[in-house]
Amino acid sequence: MDKITERLAEIVGKDYVSTSAEERFIYSRDQGVQQPHMPDYVVLPDNARQVQEIIHLANNDSIPVVPMGGGLVLSGLTIPLAGGIVLDMKRMNRILEVNESSHYAVVEAGTSQGMLDAYLKKHHPRLKHSLPDAPPAATIAGNIAIHGSGHLSQSEGGFHSEMVTGLEVVLGSGEMVKLGSCSTVPGWFSRAPLPDLAGLFLGWNGTTGVITKVGIKLFPRPRFHDVLIYMTEDIDIAPDILFRIIETEVAEDINYALSPKPDYLNGFQMIVINLVANTEIELNMKKKIIRDALYDYYKTKESGFMPLPPAMKGDFLEAPQKALSKFADVKKGGGFEYVGAIMPVEKIPDACREGVRITDRYGITYSLGARIIGRGHSAMFFFAYPFNRADTQDIEKVSHALEDTNAAALKLGGIPWKTEVSGQKLILEQMEPQTSSLMMKIKSLLDPNGIMNPGNWEVK
Amino acid sequence: MHELKFDPEICKSCTSCDCIMKCQYIDLESDQAKSEHAKLVAGEDSSILHDCVTCYACEEYCPFGNHPFYLIVERQEQRGVHPAPKPLEESQVIMMGPKGRIKPKELSPPVMNMCFFTVMNGGIRGSLFEGVSKFGGSDVFCNLMFLHFARNSTIRQRLPLMIENIMKNFLEPAGAKELICYHDECYGTYTSWAPAFGIDVPFKPVHLFDFIYNRLVELKENIKPLGIKVAYQRPCSNRLCPQTDHFVDDIFSLIGAERPKREFEYENALCCGGVPEAQQRFELTEEIQHKNVEDMKASGAAYCVFNCPFCFWTLSEPVLKAGLIPIMMSDLCLMALGE
Repeated sequence: MDKITERLAEIVGKDYVSTSAEERFIYSRDQGVQQPHMPDYVVLPDNARQVQEIIHLANNDSIPVVPMGGGLVLSGLTIPLAGGIVLDMKRMNRILEVNESSHYAVVEAGTSQGMLDAYLKKHHPRLKHSLPDAPPAATIAGNIAIHGSGHLSQSEGGFHSEMVTGLEVVLGSGEMVKLGSCSTVPGWFSRAPLPDLAGLFLGWNGTTGVITKVGIKLFPRPRFHDVLIYMTEDIDIAPDILFRIIETEVAEDINYALSPKPDYLNGFQMIVINLVANTEIELNMKKKIIRDALYDYYKTKESGFMPLPPAMKGDFLEAPQKALSKFADVKKGGGFEYVGAIMPVEKIPDACREGVRITDRYGITYSLGARIIGRGHSAMFFFAYPFNRADTQDIEKVSHALEDTNAAALKLGGIPWKTEVSGQKLILEQMEPQTSSLMMKIKSLLDPNGIMNPGNWEVK
Repeated sequence: MHELKFDPEICKSCTSCDCIMKCQYIDLESDQAKSEHAKLVAGEDSSILHDCVTCYACEEYCPFGNHPFYLIVERQEQRGVHPAPKPLEESQVIMMGPKGRIKPKELSPPVMNMCFFTVMNGGIRGSLFEGVSKFGGSDVFCNLMFLHFARNSTIRQRLPLMIENIMKNFLEPAGAKELICYHDECYGTYTSWAPAFGIDVPFKPVHLFDFIYNRLVELKENIKPLGIKVAYQRPCSNRLCPQTDHFVDDIFSLIGAERPKREFEYENALCCGGVPEAQQRFELTEEIQHKNVEDMKASGAAYCVFNCPFCFWTLSEPVLKAGLIPIMMSDLCLMALGE
């Protein structure tokens, strides 16, 4: 055992540090197409104090540190590009507080979406949090750190990073700080009215520090739930249909999808509208409001609502939605990659066309779609490409498609989301120089030795 | 090819215009009904083409068997009237189309075609269906549902192939001359639509309720009378074979179920609401379902029994909310058999 390993074992216990080839292999890759890279150490801390000690150690010995939640980001953000320590946060999975009156929860950074969801259902059934359409093993902290979104992003305030009420963070320099109301008073209820420093750790891919605790907004969980699906062949009417639905202000979640599979849906766009209510009367009224909003369209019979008997609503009523997870394995072989792009809603038709063009170019299949964010202030558009990990040609084609898609998203006026290093470079090239310069100054301030997830958000 | 056997002279001499006057969804005075129907016969635009909910009932109402509903569908298609949204129609055409994926299967009589409802295979069980061989899927699907989408042409095009698939792959190898139709839409296809369009059916279709009745007679000693009131949700396709409706009463008398008196029963049966919903007629859908379920409730029925799985899926929730138990006919009979 080398000295670093010994020191790490002293901090977290010998069972929670590993240098074995097998474990380093697992932590060297994710499910996407990014090249793997081995870490030197895998460490699982139990608390924030241990995280702080690990960061101090890493600073002293100039060891890179890559914080990792569920490891499900797909774009290689937790692949240790410069080796060093992968800091797997999954042991820190305690749910510390749920405030029923002020609707927030405080969780440790390794708490998964599934754990919080199950905990709330059992102990606080009147409350829920916004669930991303990721596997339940995705963590709350990982998701807010990448500006994730979920089933309440349309109706309840936007990206999950906007639902953060407070953070506890260990900076790259090793200091531990609290951000938001919890920095001043006991409650984790709000980031306002203080200077908002949480943004220094949201969207930074772990290059500024390690999030150790998160305060996250909770929302009422109404008893009744239903779904409507609107179907059209005309890509260009999608933004107006979406606008009309958003304008009703009654839809909890709005998703748009276009996929060549199954065959009977090839060329048809589906707009999935989820509704919730406290009473059946309210639910029926909301359905009527949505239908009335689209009357001008469906009366022509050029588009319309799919009849959906209760028994056939199945997965559509669930959060997270399973459709994309099922699609992820369509090629078998366990490979899945997508470019998410945050973009204006009106760009959806062009994004669809571009996605189809790119996949035609490389002869790969696709699932395209979008989730409406914050009542139409933007959309998270995804270009999803499944592939077979055992097929190198397949991987190569998807890699090229990914690069083209990142470039296309920027050209369309969107910004690639949680993008891999090559995508980050494209963004930085297009970014105002003063902005990227400020980013680098902030990074240097918070992580003076450059140990935090090196390779990410770097200007060369 | 396969032209509809329709005689305009019969309509000209018809004085009652029952096909329209008895319709529960088109509200026209006698003169208007005749005039609109005359336009229909002449191939002109008629309000009937746009207002029809495609409940099939006029096939039963016409005292001359002159196929008023098939004519409506013909005219809708000729005039480009789409009862349901086009994307929905087009995706259904692809979804329900033959896939050429027939798997050889060793069968022996009695043989049952599950239609597109192979998901209901689990319901074909117990002593009621002992020894029954079954097959199903999109390669043996009658396609009659396209009557709801103004697409007689799709049925015309596909039905001969379906019949051939059934014969060559299932009935002939099994040495079977009869085919039990799980869905009475298939039975209606072979006994009503196919003859109306001059398509030969080389086997004897057997209605599911006919089969169940005869099997229950054989199992009579095992039946424990249920002693319950059961409302029957008559499906649209049963309008094509009203001669089979008596099997409901016959089965009920064997299993000790009572078919209570209802307003919307027999000829006045109401649609489950699935098709009007597909037609984007949401208020009508709610109204029909409400009237139907309230009528079941008022009759004192404890159960609502279904013939068609699609009706079951569509109406189960409103039925349950009204306090009745939705059940397929086969399960109701299995209940009486204690299985």
